[in-house]
Amino acid sequence: MKQLPKEFYAAMEELQAVDFVLVELTLYLDTHPEDYPSINQFNQFAKERRRLKRVVESMYGPLQQYGNSYSDYPWNWAEGPWPWQI
Amino acid sequence: MSSHRRVWYPYVSPFDPCPPIKAKAYSTPPSLFLGYQPPNLEQFTPMEALKIGTLWKVFYDPWYSPYEVSTEEDQS
Amino acid sequence: MWVYEKKLQYPVKVSACNPMLAKFLIEQYGGADGELAAALRYLNQRYTIPDKVIGLLTDIGTEEFAHLEMIATMVYKLMKDATPDQIKAAGLAGHYADHGKDLFYHNAAGVPFTATYIQAKGDPITDLYEDIAAEEKARATYQWIINLSDDPDLNDGLRFLREREIIHSQRFREAVEILKEEQGKKKIF
Repeated sequence: MKQLPKEFYAAMEELQAVDFVLVELTLYLDTHPEDYPSINQFNQFAKERRRLKRVVESMYGPLQQYGNSYSDYPWNWAEGPWPWQI
Repeated sequence: MSSHRRVWYPYVSPFDPCPPIKAKAYSTPPSLFLGYQPPNLEQFTPMEALKIGTLWKVFYDPWYSPYEVSTEEDQS
Repeated sequence: MWVYEKKLQYPVKVSACNPMLAKFLIEQYGGADGELAAALRYLNQRYTIPDKVIGLLTDIGTEEFAHLEMIATMVYKLMKDATPDQIKAAGLAGHYADHGKDLFYHNAAGVPFTATYIQAKGDPITDLYEDIAAEEKARATYQWIINLSDDPDLNDGLRFLREREIIHSQRFREAVEILKEEQGKKKIF
């Protein structure tokens, strides 16, 4: 099975950090729907996560499927290692 | 000790079978006190937030195991 | 629908092969106040709760599945290369006889998961108070598991999960405040 490069772990953690901010802001905005600065922060982080997603996917393959990511040839979505294995 | 602990002193009987733990503590997390979260509270950096489990400093309330306490307790 | 993301919410690490910790952790996998019970509780209540808090129940319910995967990862790593002798010494022989190294939805004492762990009363305030109580119970459970664990990397992950219970409790408390206000009221700007 493929081994992941060291840079993968740092990039994945960066994505996890940005996504965590997005989770926190999501729950916050669910109860504070009119907090304009927080919505701005949310949209900035949403943009940043698109960039980081591409970085991680270049080393790891698609993070989501059902068409939320493009596929290489051959189909690489179902290739390991999986999150609990790395 | 973190300000989110409260201590109480249970009755000690001369017939208690184990050596008494004289002070017992329990957790009173920040969500009990804040009310509706006000806007613009101070945030952690994204990486800090991920490590800790919250974006906002006001909610920081870590719990350490007795195995870790000697090294980490004073951080809170 | 739900879309799986091939990524843990938190970079879970485990420092030592210690199957006894897996035995305690399984409480948060298939126990009464575990992550499965939490996810099922919120995602079931959301269909009939007033519109203003459906989003919150959906998002917290979804996050609970990410936590379930974190717990599964911890258990998987703790058990992966454990020998039968280590499994016996950890008190997991009963689990192993039935399930091998598979995970299973039961609590730390081996009692299988049951839907009776969750409530759905059809009364919004009642349901949200149940949810707040569930978060506090899960927070307490994490405290006791952290107390039992001498694995610093594992405890970092468990501390993250305990902190999430505090945030979820906060949001459910805010949801109660939202429902205390009149729902049909027009906002005047």
